[in-house]
Amino acid sequence: MDPPTELLTEQEAAVYDRQIRVWGVDAQRKLSKARVLVVGMSGVIAETCKNIVLAGVGSLTLVDDSKLTLEASAANFLIQFDELEGQGITLAEACAASLRDYNPMVQVKAEAGSIQNKPDSFFGNFDAIILGRSSISLRKHVNELCRKQGHRIGFYSVDCRGTCGSLFVDLKSHSYVSKRAKDDKDARHELTYPSLEEALSVPWKSFPKRTSKLLFALRCLEDFEHAEGRQPGHVSSQDLPALLAFWKSACEAQKVAENLVSEPLFQRLLGSGSSELPPVCAILGGIVGQELIKAMSGKGEPLRNYFFFDAADGKGIIEMVAPK
Amino acid sequence: MAMSDSGELSQQMYVNDVQKEKVLMVGAGGIGCELLKTLVLTGFKHIHLIDMDTIEVSNLNRQFLFRKSHVGQSKAKVAREAVLKFRPGVEIVAHHANVKNQEFDIDFFKQFSVVLNGLDNLDARRHVNRMCLAAGVPLVESGTTGYLGQVTVHIKGRTECYECQPKPAPKSYPVCTITSTPSKLIHCIVWAKELALAKLFGDKGQVSDLDVRSTSNEDNAVSNDPDEAEFFEVRSGESNRSYAERVFNRIFGQNIVTALQNEDTWKARRRPDPLFLDKVLTEEDAATQNNASSNDGTVSAMASLNLKNPQEIWSVKDNARVFLESIRLFLEKRSKDVGKIVFDKDDQLAVEFVTAAANLRAHSFGIPMQSVFEAKGMAGNIIHAIATTNAIIAGLIVLEALKLLSNRTEECRMTYCVEHPSGKMLLMPVEMAEPNPRCYVCSETPLVLELNTATATMREVIEKVVKRKLGVTDPVIMQGATLLHEAGEDIEEDMVAYYRALLDKKFVDYPTPITTGVVLTVEDYHQDFRCSLHVKHRDTFDEEKEPEGMVLTGDLASLNTTETAAAPTPALDAPSKAENGHAEEEEEDENVVMVEPAPKAATAGTKRKLENEETHPTEKRLRASEAVPVEV
Repeated sequence: MDPPTELLTEQEAAVYDRQIRVWGVDAQRKLSKARVLVVGMSGVIAETCKNIVLAGVGSLTLVDDSKLTLEASAANFLIQFDELEGQGITLAEACAASLRDYNPMVQVKAEAGSIQNKPDSFFGNFDAIILGRSSISLRKHVNELCRKQGHRIGFYSVDCRGTCGSLFVDLKSHSYVSKRAKDDKDARHELTYPSLEEALSVPWKSFPKRTSKLLFALRCLEDFEHAEGRQPGHVSSQDLPALLAFWKSACEAQKVAENLVSEPLFQRLLGSGSSELPPVCAILGGIVGQELIKAMSGKGEPLRNYFFFDAADGKGIIEMVAPK
Repeated sequence: MAMSDSGELSQQMYVNDVQKEKVLMVGAGGIGCELLKTLVLTGFKHIHLIDMDTIEVSNLNRQFLFRKSHVGQSKAKVAREAVLKFRPGVEIVAHHANVKNQEFDIDFFKQFSVVLNGLDNLDARRHVNRMCLAAGVPLVESGTTGYLGQVTVHIKGRTECYECQPKPAPKSYPVCTITSTPSKLIHCIVWAKELALAKLFGDKGQVSDLDVRSTSNEDNAVSNDPDEAEFFEVRSGESNRSYAERVFNRIFGQNIVTALQNEDTWKARRRPDPLFLDKVLTEEDAATQNNASSNDGTVSAMASLNLKNPQEIWSVKDNARVFLESIRLFLEKRSKDVGKIVFDKDDQLAVEFVTAAANLRAHSFGIPMQSVFEAKGMAGNIIHAIATTNAIIAGLIVLEALKLLSNRTEECRMTYCVEHPSGKMLLMPVEMAEPNPRCYVCSETPLVLELNTATATMREVIEKVVKRKLGVTDPVIMQGATLLHEAGEDIEEDMVAYYRALLDKKFVDYPTPITTGVVLTVEDYHQDFRCSLHVKHRDTFDEEKEPEGMVLTGDLASLNTTETAAAPTPALDAPSKAENGHAEEEEEDENVVMVEPAPKAATAGTKRKLENEETHPTEKRLRASEAVPVEV
């Protein structure tokens, strides 16, 4: 039995009743202390925020200074239509207002400024950081900062590219309880995670045959964008020849066959450009939300360390990528 | 619709096209809120939404279109308003109504390109399945429990229908286990809510033969004992407290003492310990009480006894105090409701009474007690529900809808959302199954109804088989061309009288006796459903395994022989848990899931005798719950 602990308020007990039946009071209490930062209010991040605010994290800080545009609201239901007319309000502010309304027990705030300009100490104020679409260099930078803090900061980077989605998780070291199959008793487990840098350094030749094609295709696409000096997602079908050439040289460097990824997958990724398919956002945002809840509550086995979803085949696949 | 070069789903191909499509959503709850949001973001512009429910506080952790200020309002209507705030141009028609209503007839269903279900009960799912089959509209069906979920696609003639596979029967327990020999807490909880609560505060006329008793000896059953009925009335001049104490000593003390006299019962069982109040509470305990009260005005024994933690397992003493206090509060603060109380998981005082009564009985029988939180979940058959799984499932529903609407039905899949990855897969698509040729719904395969024609009546067949098992709402029953029963509004008065006269007549006494070989036709015009029941007489039924005294199978061969090859037809009572692992069957505490034993017709290739088993007189069962545990 759990030791006696502080009680949930009557309001918490009433609103969270159904989920407490899934993860227990103790997990709920831990969750309600978690401080979460999200960066970049895309559709998949809007889904993620909805999920973790409903679940009852302690606080949620949103960073996104961009303007409210019709395009920004394409897959983001946190933006009310009449706000699009308004002046001087940022995307983060608009989303924060909706989220506060979803669950008044969660502190939601919009943090002004760009994430690149935040001092290193800023990141220490959080227990988990979720990056939306961002460059590979920013992701590495934030991941390293998370790893350097005195307390464990869960790191997530997630992106939806049209019909495809990917999630990377680094919990550094994580301990959790879950029911053992043999006797249904709670048992404690320990997991260690590689950093993003380490995961990226794994040679492609060493991957098992059945590794998700999306892992290679998305890496190639991101490296291509970086090499071309593009914003993530700023690509189109016209980039296909250049991307295929880039892929060819990547395969040569990694000593793998070019048919590892088929051309139609690249076509599809390029064709989506910067848009997100809303049902894929819902699926991906659901997975991120669920993973964050597991990590913050210490209840249940979190995934390690990549997740890929492709609407074309409907598979949601976990890949473990770590140096030998 | 445009296809990408590779034939794979791509971004642009749907956005303009789905704008024209008209879709029907059934259910605006956990899955429904997510689904409505994802549909409009995806570009759907014409949506009908049906839900009969109103919003409750416990919905707010996942049904994100609702706020506390909406509690009590129509889910369908509030969901519509909320979505219009971020997509004002969309046409959403909200119906605050039961999907089984006559207004939603086959023509209504025919106007939609696809029907999307986010339902929470078997009955409505079966109904929508039949309407979709009748209207020829594809159906995307879904369900979640905790981290588990699934999405399935049903296309008439192409894939299996929702009813091609057996569905779990409602949980039920033999009466003697409940009244005399509980071995699990759920037995005590069913006793507390169906017998104790109903006896003290429910409709006296409804309790009938299911009386508070603790003996399996039928001769001792106190149901027909006039003293017994009187015993549970408050006597003139008696204080509420004395009444509560008298009830306590009777149901936890004297009844157990009486039960212990029946030595046969306890030969192979642990003997229960009678509980008497003077041994449980000291005079001091009994005197200290009732200072506090709850903040929000809810009548609560926990509040007045200052018990704050719903997770805590109360001592026997505290259970006794809650029991006594809840009786007092019912009589003093809820006197208007006394005589018509039916257990409701949202009735705090009823939950407290049931928890205390169940725990006290459990203690007597050496069964571990539970907290009010856990007991409430068991008594209310509460579904574990979280926002994330619903969001994922709603996303998958929309993806299947997009495939259906762009005529890529061969790409449709049944998808499972699992908690523990299978291989590396967290979301697992599998091929859709073909229609089951022996399905009584989509293939109109005849069924065999075994019953005792000397005792069975039309009323029983309608209740136990036609409504409960076949899921028919307004049955028309015929023997050849002769009408035997009709339900509905526009029936001639002389026919009503004629049907009423037949309703309680034994089958053998019918003008043309209904016995082995007779074929009854059951129809429901609204559902456009029909099936034939081949009647087969049998003298006796196993009270444990066939508690209803009639057995429905899809096994036509059994008409002629006693030993039969089992048919692969869906067994209507079969516990299907192991078979398909649907999330909707993964419920709560495994221990409490007790389904009625199947007539084992489900597994092809096995053989089994139906008639050589030990038989008992039929006995009624207590149904723990009607609801199939699935999230809305």
